[in-house]
Amino acid sequence: MDLQALWLTLRLAATTTILLLAIGIPLAYWLASTRARWRSIVEAITTLPILLPPTVLGFYLLVLLGPHTAFGRLTSRLLGHPLAFSFSGLVIGSVLYSLPFAVQPLTAGFRAIDAALIEQGRLLGAGGFRILTGIFLPLSVHSVVAAAALCFTHTVGEFGVVLMIGGDIPGATRTLSIAIYDQVQEFSYSAANRTSLLLVSISALALVLLYMRHTRDGTHHA
Amino acid sequence: MPDISIRHRLSRFALDAEFSLDNQWTVVFGPSGAGKTTLLRIIAGLEEPDSGRIQFGGRILLDTANSISVPAGRRSIGYVTQQPALFPHLTARENVAFSIRHLDRHRRAERVAEMLGLFGAKALADRPAPHLSGGERKRVALARALAPAPEFLLLDEPLAGLDDASAQDILSRLLLLNVRMLYVSHDLAEIWRMPAGVVFLESGRVTAIGPLRQVLATHREHLLHQLSL
Repeated sequence: MDLQALWLTLRLAATTTILLLAIGIPLAYWLASTRARWRSIVEAITTLPILLPPTVLGFYLLVLLGPHTAFGRLTSRLLGHPLAFSFSGLVIGSVLYSLPFAVQPLTAGFRAIDAALIEQGRLLGAGGFRILTGIFLPLSVHSVVAAAALCFTHTVGEFGVVLMIGGDIPGATRTLSIAIYDQVQEFSYSAANRTSLLLVSISALALVLLYMRHTRDGTHHA
Repeated sequence: MPDISIRHRLSRFALDAEFSLDNQWTVVFGPSGAGKTTLLRIIAGLEEPDSGRIQFGGRILLDTANSISVPAGRRSIGYVTQQPALFPHLTARENVAFSIRHLDRHRRAERVAEMLGLFGAKALADRPAPHLSGGERKRVALARALAPAPEFLLLDEPLAGLDDASAQDILSRLLLLNVRMLYVSHDLAEIWRMPAGVVFLESGRVTAIGPLRQVLATHREHLLHQLSL
């Protein structure tokens, strides 16, 4: 068992999930509340990673983070190392790749809230931040938990983007899915089987916890 | 210049209303679809009219000609809708306290108890909103709307769907309040005894304004005649 890869994968998934909630909650709030004409353009851009082949996204990110672009050179100078083939680069790739898995359930949850409650909040003097924290979030706990579970499990199982941006550096960018690929390449099928079972278990556990919460809350409200 | 002057066109409906609020209680009376709720929503700041001007007590809340529109929560207006939208994740007490978080804990608790007491709902304080009955929800919604001490209260058919005893009890409590009110109703029996002025709204237009019993006398005679047939 590649414990280094396991730790790296969990660290990547946790960091990505926290960042995606921090980005996804205000973005979904804006999407659910705005009447701006370019809302549909923003919505389409955030959904795009679902349709893009991971290798395509990974390739463009590799180019963007590399030394041939101004952004790549700037970040390299600021951080003292290039983002490509580093853990930070993996985080950026994972956040972009899993963005729709955070934004979509959150937006759906926010849109399901009765508009009369939002109007009452406005009438009672609540500003945008208070409406988000005092009305939207408490009434969308299921959507927030679903978004977190989806982001975490999706990141745990990532392969294409991770391989393109991070390569296969033990301890730095080798995640469990890359480790499985390596084990298969070395014909270590039993090792690949153990690692695969671990990945399946992590994802299944996250989903079981999610559905247990749904069932418990459903019973409570009935 | 009238206190309220609003022109607003929707797809199949045009609201054209102009009146002043000379009494403590003003009833907007009219049949369903007359534009009463749209009028209240515009006054509350939830909708922007095509053109209009609204002033309360010398304070201009809306003046489209001069691009003035005070946001909904800063108009010092309480608004209780027909279906009181209580926050379902909060208790009655927390609902009432929603708009007075700026008060310290002691003063906030006092204010909440006072407001719930006004509508005979003190015992409901710890009840989660989804566990309240229709009448209890209206009492809590009224207490919540009054908690920030608004200068004006908009009530959109607040007694609709209540049994007679609850409706009479809430109405008698409302009559004791020292707040100016705009009260929307289409039920003549409900408003007949109110010491109020009336604005009669039909198909989006004000067709009569004046003391309630004077303006609605003909309407009442017509209804009584229909009942006796």
